[in-house]
Amino acid sequence: MSVYLLRRLIQAAGVVLAMSIIVFVGVFAIGDPVEILISPDADQMERERAIAALGLDLPLWQQYLIFLGKAVQGDLGRSFVFNEPALELILQRMPATLELAFAATFGAILIGLPLGLYAGLKPNSLASKGIMAGSILGFSLPTFWVGLMLIMVFAVQLGWLPSTGRGETVEILGTRWSFLTWDGLTHLAMPALNLALFKISLVIRLTRAGVRETMLMDYVKFARAKGLSPFRVTFVHVFKNILIPVVTVTGLEFGSTIAFSVVTESIFAWPGMGKLIIDSINVLDRPVIVAYLMIVVLMFITINLVVDLMYSVLDPRVRLDSK
Amino acid sequence: MADTTNTSAPTLVAAQAAAPTLEVRNLQTHFFTRAGVVKAVNDVSFTIGRGKVLGLVGESGSGKTVTGFSIMKLIDPPGRIVGGSILFQGRDLATLSEEEMRTLRGNRIAMIFQDPMMTLNPVLRIDTQMIETVQAHEKVSDADARARARDALGMVGIPSPDERLKSYPHQFSGGMRQRVAIAIALLHRPDLIVADEPTTALDVTIQGQILAEVQKLCATTGTAMLWITHDLSVVAGLADDIAVMYAGRVVEYGDVGEVLDAPLHPYTHGLIGSVPSRNKRGVPLRQIPGMTPSLLNLPEGCSFRARCPRAAEDCIVMPTLHPWLPNRLARCHHPHLEEVESA
Amino acid sequence: MSAVVGQGAPIEDPAKVKVETPFRRFCSEFAESKLALGGLIVISIIIVVAILAPFISPQDPYDLAVLDIMDGRLEPGAQSGDGAITYWLGTDDQGRDMLSGIMYGLRISLTVGAGSAFIACMVGASLGLAAAYAGGKTDSIIMRIVDLQLSFPSILVALMILAFLGKSVTNVVIAIVVVEWAYYARTVRGTALVERRREYIEAAECLALPRYRILFRHLLPNCLPPLIVIGTMQVARAIALEATLSFLGLGVPITEPSLGLLIANGYEYMLSGKYWISFYPGIALLVTIVAINLVGDQLRDVLNPRLQK
Repeated sequence: MSVYLLRRLIQAAGVVLAMSIIVFVGVFAIGDPVEILISPDADQMERERAIAALGLDLPLWQQYLIFLGKAVQGDLGRSFVFNEPALELILQRMPATLELAFAATFGAILIGLPLGLYAGLKPNSLASKGIMAGSILGFSLPTFWVGLMLIMVFAVQLGWLPSTGRGETVEILGTRWSFLTWDGLTHLAMPALNLALFKISLVIRLTRAGVRETMLMDYVKFARAKGLSPFRVTFVHVFKNILIPVVTVTGLEFGSTIAFSVVTESIFAWPGMGKLIIDSINVLDRPVIVAYLMIVVLMFITINLVVDLMYSVLDPRVRLDSK
Repeated sequence: MADTTNTSAPTLVAAQAAAPTLEVRNLQTHFFTRAGVVKAVNDVSFTIGRGKVLGLVGESGSGKTVTGFSIMKLIDPPGRIVGGSILFQGRDLATLSEEEMRTLRGNRIAMIFQDPMMTLNPVLRIDTQMIETVQAHEKVSDADARARARDALGMVGIPSPDERLKSYPHQFSGGMRQRVAIAIALLHRPDLIVADEPTTALDVTIQGQILAEVQKLCATTGTAMLWITHDLSVVAGLADDIAVMYAGRVVEYGDVGEVLDAPLHPYTHGLIGSVPSRNKRGVPLRQIPGMTPSLLNLPEGCSFRARCPRAAEDCIVMPTLHPWLPNRLARCHHPHLEEVESA
Repeated sequence: MSAVVGQGAPIEDPAKVKVETPFRRFCSEFAESKLALGGLIVISIIIVVAILAPFISPQDPYDLAVLDIMDGRLEPGAQSGDGAITYWLGTDDQGRDMLSGIMYGLRISLTVGAGSAFIACMVGASLGLAAAYAGGKTDSIIMRIVDLQLSFPSILVALMILAFLGKSVTNVVIAIVVVEWAYYARTVRGTALVERRREYIEAAECLALPRYRILFRHLLPNCLPPLIVIGTMQVARAIALEATLSFLGLGVPITEPSLGLLIANGYEYMLSGKYWISFYPGIALLVTIVAINLVGDQLRDVLNPRLQK
């Protein structure tokens, strides 16, 4: 197990390093921040001073090594716009994004699993067909479109839910959270549902396919032949088997949930790091872009690692192989 | 083949006289598919007495497995039991509710499946799968249930059962898994075990061991057994009676020794003739010409008519399961009676 | 414009490449699903409307000279100030007729979506074919990149490209191509690996035909059915991605809005109840994407050799 873990860690580190080169070269080699950051009226002297101050006069590989050396110490540069450490900017906004992503993920499982289970157990009922049609829509509709429709219906027409912001927050462990107050929850509901939509469809499909496949297995028939109650057959024998792919995929999707929160945060003015990155791309605030991309990539790789380990906990067959 | 060890007196009469453990009468199970009605089981009758073993023999697709599942009432849509009765100790299972049936399953009637690699849930430990079976039918503590499970594992010859209980199915070989499945079937000392080709997927040596174990268990506990198989040699060594199925119907039924020595039905005759054996070396194997008819639209009259060497014009009328000899039934207008007399 | 035509092509062409099944059979199998047939009709109408937009739209929404700011944010059905046109779907904040805006927006959305999906298909199919045919190191390098890229969400990859290159229509196309090529590459490689073991490739190799000929004349046509299926789906995804990026303000310029930008423009007025500026372009986008997906779904059923009777 530890050899396996070590190998995975080295692999992950390799990917992070490769991504850091891609991100650095991509962001620093193309485009010219000088144009944006320094006023066109500035004379040659001022320009050069500014370029030197930003370290933009050095050769690219040297800039990369400096960047890498600082990055290891947690310094990803200062935002050109806010004149604050980029990493700090990102970290300040990360809890809001994480809260949204977690709410969406839990929502997806909470909504998707029962619906998928129902559709799998009663595949021919009208409700199941409706569920499946809905899941196709959930897959193909762009997130931002659904977000707008949610606002139009629930905020504008019905006036039930607020459309923007995080609402009232409570401070725990030095960060503010919305889900602990009623007002915060009402603010969280729509963005979370919006972000969860794609994942709900995914969970429904996975669960349904899993149930249909598992129900045909001999071990389910054997469980029934043992005289177990239908409840136990469904919720122990079938459920535990479909939980593995569902948990794996939902876990792997967590990274993409964070990435897609860019869209949801823009619609619902949710003050997370997704909104920050869009603004930063618009003004070419390179350190923030780099910091965001690096952090998301890092999270991604961590998530993949964690899901892999969780998978081995859930599935006894894998556990044996990896030992 | 002819030389079987089973030379006991005909069991049919004895079984019918005492209250039989299982009596299936004119069972019909059909599958209502989009292509049409598949009559998988179409008039099956047999009786199994206490402690007796009935071998249910037939080719794949003859309806023997569906018969087994019908007795368990585990036929899923689009399949349905459409006729007949399944009398278990005098109670008709066909009329029982699902909940009443559930209390019998795994308790009074147990089933062993064909493929041991597929019958145990891969993500649940052996102890979970055994203890849940105990607790599904009796209110016992976890510790007592575990003790029962351990004893059952010991009974089927699994060494160090305490450790094995904590294992997952994938840590067992196929033969060991089948022993576990048998142990699960035995947990409540059932009155009837439906065994659906339980040794087909196993190596010959393992098969022998398991057959011996099962035979011993049946004899000691008085459990009746329906042994479904396509392997005549297994039936010859294990069963008391034999029922041969063809295209969803029982075509021959009787004492296993007598039937195998001198089959009445041309199909049984062909079946036995097509088994390779040392005695017949050099002699070309006989084969039954043609193919099994589609269960979707069975031909009129005797289903075996088109392949039968003895078919005549009257075979256009479906024959009944007729007692041609004492304790010997066959569904045929022209049975091989002459061979019985010469034998 | 040519890209719009290209978008129609992958939907109608499969019968021509499916040598073993006549065009008629393909059509009748496709038409078995009334839903898919409806989708195909809707797509055809949308394409025609997009092509003919300059001739049938009530107004040129990009000509700032004809836009009257006084007609801004009029309700659906309202008349223009001079009474010349009726704004059936209302106007946006600049007095642009929404119906005309949607027609022109469809042109941009379809061109960008289908065009980038087409380029991605070319790039991905070539690389996938090369990977399958060359095998060895080429294969493992290409597939490593594919795997790595597919493990990242499309929006992140697109954001990365736009962060590198800055925002513009060309860069949106590049971003979509970079996001999508990997799907084509994986599909083509998978099919090609199966196909290249078939006798007809061996026969072609025995005849010592030039390699490019074997690749493009023998191998590629046999990889087309799955390529057409994912191609259709990817056009829908490309349109959605373009709309998303435009909505985020990273795409097409504000003077020539695509559907996504039209929706974004109307977004701020939605909260004050002026729903139509966002709503109708949104419906146009929805109908386009759903119709393409319906067609793609049925294409998959018809072209999937495993399901074929």
